[in-house]
Amino acid sequence: MRFNEAWLREWANPDIDTDTLVHQLTMAGLEVDAVEAVVPAFSGVVVGRIKSCQPHPDADKLRLCEVDDGTEVFPVVCGAPNAREGLKAPFARIGAVLPGDFKIKKAKLRGQPSEGMLCGASELGMEDLIDGLLELPEDAPVGTDIRDYLGLNDTIIEVDLTPNRADCLSLCGVAREVGVLNRVPLNEPAIEPVAPGIDDVFPVTVEDAEACPRYLGRVIRDVNVSAPTPLWMVERLRRAGLRSIDPVVDVTNYVLLELGQPLHAFDLNRLSDGIRVRRAQAGERLETLDEQTLELRDDTLVIADGQGPLALAGIMGGRPSAVSADTRDLFLECAFFSPLAVVGKARSYGLHTDSSHRFERGVDPALQARAIERATALILEIAGGRPGPVSGSEDTASLPAPAAIELYADHATRLLGSPLRNDEIVDILQRLGMDVSEQGEGHWRVTAPSWRFDMAIEQDLIEELARIHGYDRLPNRVPAGTPAGNTQYEHKVPLRRLSDALRDRGYMEAITYSFVAPEILAQVDPDHPPLALLNPISADLGVMRTTLMAGLLTTAQRNLNRQIDRLRLFETGLRFVPGEQELTQQPMVAGLLYGSAAPAHWQSKPRAVDFYDLKGDVESLLALSASGDFRFVAATHPALHPGQCARLERDGETVGYLGRIHPRLAAQLDLPTDLYLFELILEPLVTGRLPRFQPVSEFPRVQRDLAFVVAAEVAAGDMLERVRETCDERLRDVQVFDVYQGEHIDHGYKSLAMTLTFQDASSTLRDDQVNALVEAVVSQLKQRFNANLRV
Amino acid sequence: MMENLETLVSEALAQVAEAGDARVLDEVRVRYLGKKGEISALLKSLGGLGPEERPKAGALINEGKQRVQDAIEERKSLLQEQVLNARLAEEALDVTLPGRGEMPGALHPVTRMRRRMEDFFLRLGFDIAEGPEVEDDYHNFEALNIPDHHPARAMHDTFYFGDGRLLRTHTSPVQVRVMKAGKPPFRIIAPGRVYRCDSDLTHTPMFHQVEGLLVDEGITFADLKGTVAEFLKFVFEVDDLPVRFRPSYFPFTEPSAEVDVGCVSCGGKGCRVCSHSGWLEIMGCGMVHPKVLEHGGVDPERYTGFAFGMGIERLTMLRYGVNDLRLFFENDVRVLSQFA
Repeated sequence: MRFNEAWLREWANPDIDTDTLVHQLTMAGLEVDAVEAVVPAFSGVVVGRIKSCQPHPDADKLRLCEVDDGTEVFPVVCGAPNAREGLKAPFARIGAVLPGDFKIKKAKLRGQPSEGMLCGASELGMEDLIDGLLELPEDAPVGTDIRDYLGLNDTIIEVDLTPNRADCLSLCGVAREVGVLNRVPLNEPAIEPVAPGIDDVFPVTVEDAEACPRYLGRVIRDVNVSAPTPLWMVERLRRAGLRSIDPVVDVTNYVLLELGQPLHAFDLNRLSDGIRVRRAQAGERLETLDEQTLELRDDTLVIADGQGPLALAGIMGGRPSAVSADTRDLFLECAFFSPLAVVGKARSYGLHTDSSHRFERGVDPALQARAIERATALILEIAGGRPGPVSGSEDTASLPAPAAIELYADHATRLLGSPLRNDEIVDILQRLGMDVSEQGEGHWRVTAPSWRFDMAIEQDLIEELARIHGYDRLPNRVPAGTPAGNTQYEHKVPLRRLSDALRDRGYMEAITYSFVAPEILAQVDPDHPPLALLNPISADLGVMRTTLMAGLLTTAQRNLNRQIDRLRLFETGLRFVPGEQELTQQPMVAGLLYGSAAPAHWQSKPRAVDFYDLKGDVESLLALSASGDFRFVAATHPALHPGQCARLERDGETVGYLGRIHPRLAAQLDLPTDLYLFELILEPLVTGRLPRFQPVSEFPRVQRDLAFVVAAEVAAGDMLERVRETCDERLRDVQVFDVYQGEHIDHGYKSLAMTLTFQDASSTLRDDQVNALVEAVVSQLKQRFNANLRV
Repeated sequence: MMENLETLVSEALAQVAEAGDARVLDEVRVRYLGKKGEISALLKSLGGLGPEERPKAGALINEGKQRVQDAIEERKSLLQEQVLNARLAEEALDVTLPGRGEMPGALHPVTRMRRRMEDFFLRLGFDIAEGPEVEDDYHNFEALNIPDHHPARAMHDTFYFGDGRLLRTHTSPVQVRVMKAGKPPFRIIAPGRVYRCDSDLTHTPMFHQVEGLLVDEGITFADLKGTVAEFLKFVFEVDDLPVRFRPSYFPFTEPSAEVDVGCVSCGGKGCRVCSHSGWLEIMGCGMVHPKVLEHGGVDPERYTGFAFGMGIERLTMLRYGVNDLRLFFENDVRVLSQFA
């Protein structure tokens, strides 16, 4: 809602300056978004009168004028087509400074002296309605500063209204609020019924009274639509952001701004039969004022005549029946459409109008009779005409009735935290126009005025009390009470800990969009058709990610294009995997690794990351849960290199995958092939176990190194597992310390060397005991993997 | 014999002084002070002296021996010192060369701010709650008192899936889920991703919010104001941070308020960051609407509560001076690395 301050002050004029007024509105919940001067700064311009006007001897389009500024007469060369003797127009004297810091100096134009400039509207920062000088009325006092004469020392205030305050979508509503806040009276213009000069009525039938409980209309004949709209109205419309069109449209817009009632004027001679307010038939067409042809749905309320739809009710009129330059007779519509009949409809047709904005939120249901009289009087005043009587259709039962709400003072205290005095409660409500009837001590029955249809329950009233009393005057307190407190499980690893671990290993956290391009998912995770958005922001953000790898790969592309040569990225968040029954929204952690294994160092040769760097990082996450239940298994994954991919399992359940990017995917995404990825389900990682103390053995440890030659494809993990199974608890540890292929080892074989550490809890191990364990290991590995001890 | 002693001591001292390393020094010691050393030999020749002279001569010899011994000790520690110094010089490094090993990476700035926000409420006894991001219409709108076609829906440009499901437009649905799943009192915050179908200079289609909910007996608007004001002072580390509450409207709270803080960039004088108003709009909040309590299965006659919601990105931008919202989701490591 945008309006000029001077107009507001005609309605309610508290003794406060603009800044205070603006602050007051904001703090009352009518947030002021902008305060602007109505025109840019300029000075030295007065009302001037052209005393004489002669053609320029040397230029066809210029004229030599003598301009009277009230004290002196100046020669002025002027190019405006409407410059003529006797015209009053703004005159910028020598020394004037116009908007844009344009200084007026003595000049010679084509050899003729020019001492000052006659101005058009746009030269003063206003809107040009005609080409040429701004024509001032005959009675404009010559010599008066134009800023005073045109009321240009004024500000435009723009208020950002919340959806519940539809009552303030008018100057009248804002003025009421200013009146309430400052205890000043509301100076409403007198609106008298206009006596009909003719008997003509145009029949109206409302077929859906629930959607349109009141439809008033009036015929006005012999209107002069070419009459000029008076400057004061043009200026108020302009300051509210509306352009002047013709006197009829201007008046309907003016009343909309002033009272908040949308009206529509039809060209009576383009209507046939009578008005019917009805639902559209599916497929009916309507060409709207903005020259679109809409195909209507049957959920849409229209104003129709015998021929078909004329207007979208409460949203926009149709072009064929609109007022045009040829219009002589009007049918003026002023209706109350129920918000439910209008809401969402404009949007569904891609429209949003001042009218739909108001009807969707609600218009004062008691306003129509006054508004149509106000509009009639203004049309007659400006464009003449002969009015008929107001007629129409009304179904009072369908009109919204204000609720009677019970209000208790102690309920207000319970919500606000501090008591308001009973007399203040009553005072505030009455200032707001509420009808307050006392039911007992601290108990009232309150009925809101017709324009405060947002009042429905007691809390609505309490909010009003707080608002007018002032939020800032209510107390502050930090709530006491015992915290609800979920149990903090010690065996759970907080997500923060996992993120910190990755961060400390050099990873940077990325946050990528949860929706990604369908193409990349088809490449990375082809087995899970993703959930597609109906209205994505763009095609490349069209589907919900089924894997976090997609966002990390895109992030890698972007960074590698920016000459970054080392990447360690991770992300946590949900993946969205549609299933047979329902969608799984699962928290994941994923990482990406590329470039040198360690930061560049002057002493060390750079080494590119490999699978085991990746695996080490993953293992460091697993270590946080102190759970030994994880297992890596050779596996395949569509995004990963089949020979360098592991599946992580916990208790046989898949936790996730890690590995090198599949070279085919790398080529498709234009990414390097030595890029590594992991993605794990969070839940198994954060479920750990409490420490369980184990006594420390005081007896010596015995270590044995064993090297085996075994087929290259035998997994070290399987061999180690076998070693552990073969030995008892005296085997404290087994570690691979070397894997070798090459000279002295047959092709297709490898040498795998391991250190076995033995220790007994209660005695020193003897050689023969250790030998027995080692022999068992050697024999088991031979039997199971055909592994031969290297000697 | 005494002249001989003097000569031997002088010789020995001279050789000690010349000894260039521990081995030579030890040779000197053996030559003069060893069992068969020349000075030791003098002691053996004491037998040839008369009983009166013997003690005096013995004392003189021992004195000479001691002098040589002292000189050897002194020389020895000097030589050790020299050896050590030489080794230390040898081992000297250029300490200005960089060290080795991995440096910490970085948390995303939004995560960093989110943790700061969480920390305040965790201290106040709030729990962290989570909810689905693919939501249904009921939890995102209906249960929050935003019926179909409510004008407030137009303020939420919603992503739909076409089957009644949608991407949550705010973290508020978590309020309802938490209330339905438990019994009051409730003290939770719900941080997380939210989505709106809007993308321009100041909007990204995904961003983060933190929702807060406190429902208990006797909770009032004063508790809301106090909690929010303390929170904002904590986040911005400004003790006298001006905080103001303006009446506003949200369908799920009443009374509702919009919260502004004095501009943390200019101190309230007015600057580009605050559009020259001196104030920054930070969050929305209010007393939980009785209908929302009812949807959550909470008796509004017995319990009251407050709720608030705020964007994490906005606070992150203000706190760290980030001037472009879109940077948060580009994940340029040159940006991310600034938030270690």
